[in-house]
Order: sequence, then structure tokens, then C-alpha cells
Amino acid sequence: MKNSWWKILCALLLVYTFIAGFDGEVPARFILNETIRNLYFHVPMWFTMIFLFGVSTVYSILYLRSSDLQHDRIASAAANVGLVFGILGTLTGSIWAKYTWGAWWTNDVKLNGAAVSIIIYIAYLILRGSVEDEFKKGRVSAVYNIFAFVMMLVLVMVMPRIYDSLHPGNGGNPAFNQYDLDRNMRYVFYPAVAGWILLGIWILSLRTRIAKLESQIP
Amino acid sequence: MKAFFFLLLNVLISGLYAGDNDPDMADALRADGKIWVVIIVALLILVGLFLYLFMLERRLRKLEKDKKGS
Repeated sequence: MKNSWWKILCALLLVYTFIAGFDGEVPARFILNETIRNLYFHVPMWFTMIFLFGVSTVYSILYLRSSDLQHDRIASAAANVGLVFGILGTLTGSIWAKYTWGAWWTNDVKLNGAAVSIIIYIAYLILRGSVEDEFKKGRVSAVYNIFAFVMMLVLVMVMPRIYDSLHPGNGGNPAFNQYDLDRNMRYVFYPAVAGWILLGIWILSLRTRIAKLESQIP
Repeated sequence: MKAFFFLLLNVLISGLYAGDNDPDMADALRADGKIWVVIIVALLILVGLFLYLFMLERRLRKLEKDKKGS
């Protein structure tokens, strides 16, 4: 248990997120109403996804330099777990959109960009599955993964800021952190992001260890 | 039953008199104290998931130890 302190921290942060997230003070806004609390649950999904895809890219670069299969295992596990968070982010965003924008999905740059990013990462996993040789699989998928990360950043972070987007933080719309994210919300939002990212790292570590054990089975 | 009608009445009244200048927040729900039911349910799910993660952790650690021993 000596290396588990951050897992306990993760649990505490998320328990705090759920209590303060439901019962804390939030600014009253038309249309948004209480759904403003989704900020503590929907947005950290994407932060965690981008963080994990970042980890995946770093380990892909490390793999290209070292040819150490453990680096490849971490890169692949991080992409996998990041994808789970991305899908959760899409689903929660869709529900939120239904009750504030009035539709499950709109042809918004941000939304479509996120959907395409998810498909790009699904393609990464398919690519991995289609190469037999372990070292070749690692090299080919590592190169693809670096491009995938750059594409994801362009699609999710850059494009929606160039074009007009309905999503907060893009186009002509103010982000939550300009004036909607008030002080009370920051006290919950930042711990929430930290908690969700730690949860992502935790699941990533479990997946990596399973992959390592699997590789030792002849 | 009485509490339910009181809540219903509360919601109806707040709907009538809220006016157009106040955004609707879950005041009635919170006044009745029942937001805690939701928090407890969500926390139960969260705690359940964490217990499950720690269990997975234990099983994995055991496997890793067996692997090293063999």
C-alpha cells in the first residue's frame, strides 16, 4: 500500500467532487440552470482524454528511441483508456446538448472534431491489431500515434476557435473560465479535473500491468 | 404522502411566482433536503467502483507475485 497514496487521493478528490458538485453554490443562469454542474463531470472527461493521449504520444516517441516493448505497452494502454474517456465525454456532452441546445447532436465544428478524433484513435487500435510482429507493430503504430495526437489537437482545440462554434470556449462564445466559471465553481472544478485524471492514470496502470503479464505468457 | 403533496405544491407555487427574471434552480428540491438522496446514490456508485478497482489491484498484484516466484 506504500505506493497507493495517490489512489486514495484520487478517491477523496472524486468523493469531494460528487458532494460539492451536487450541493455546492453555482451561478444561476438561464437555459443552463442546474445543468451547469455538468462542468464537473463532462469537461474533465475531455481533459483526461487529452492527458492520456498525451501520455500515449510521449511513450510512442520513447518507444521509437528505445524499442523497449514496455513503452509500447504503455502507449497502447493510454490510447485505450483515453478512448474510453473520450466516448464518455461524447455521450455526456450529447445529453447536455439535448437539454440546453435542444438536439442530441449538432453539426458543430467542436462536436464533429471530437467525433473524428475518436475515430482516429479507433483506427490506431485497428492498426495495432493488424500487425503480427511485436516490434514492427510498435514502430508503425508509434509513428501513426504521433500524427494522431497532432490531428486531435487541431480538430478539438484549433479548428473550433477558427470557425464559429456553439460550444463554450470557441468561436465567439465565452468559455466558462471567462466569467461563467466563478470562484465557487473553481474550488470544485480543479479538484474534479485532478481526480478524474488520477482515475485515468490508475486504470492506465492496471491495463499496462495486465498487458505485461499477458506478454509473459508463452 | 403529505410530504409529496407539499413538494408538489411547492413546485407549483414556485413555478407560478418565480417570475421571468429568476432562472429556475432546484430550490424546491434542495429545500426539501432530497438532493442528498441523489448525492448518496451517486456516492454509493463511486465507492463501489473504487472498491472494485482496489480489488482488481489486489488480484493483479497477486498474479504479478506468482509470476515472479515461478
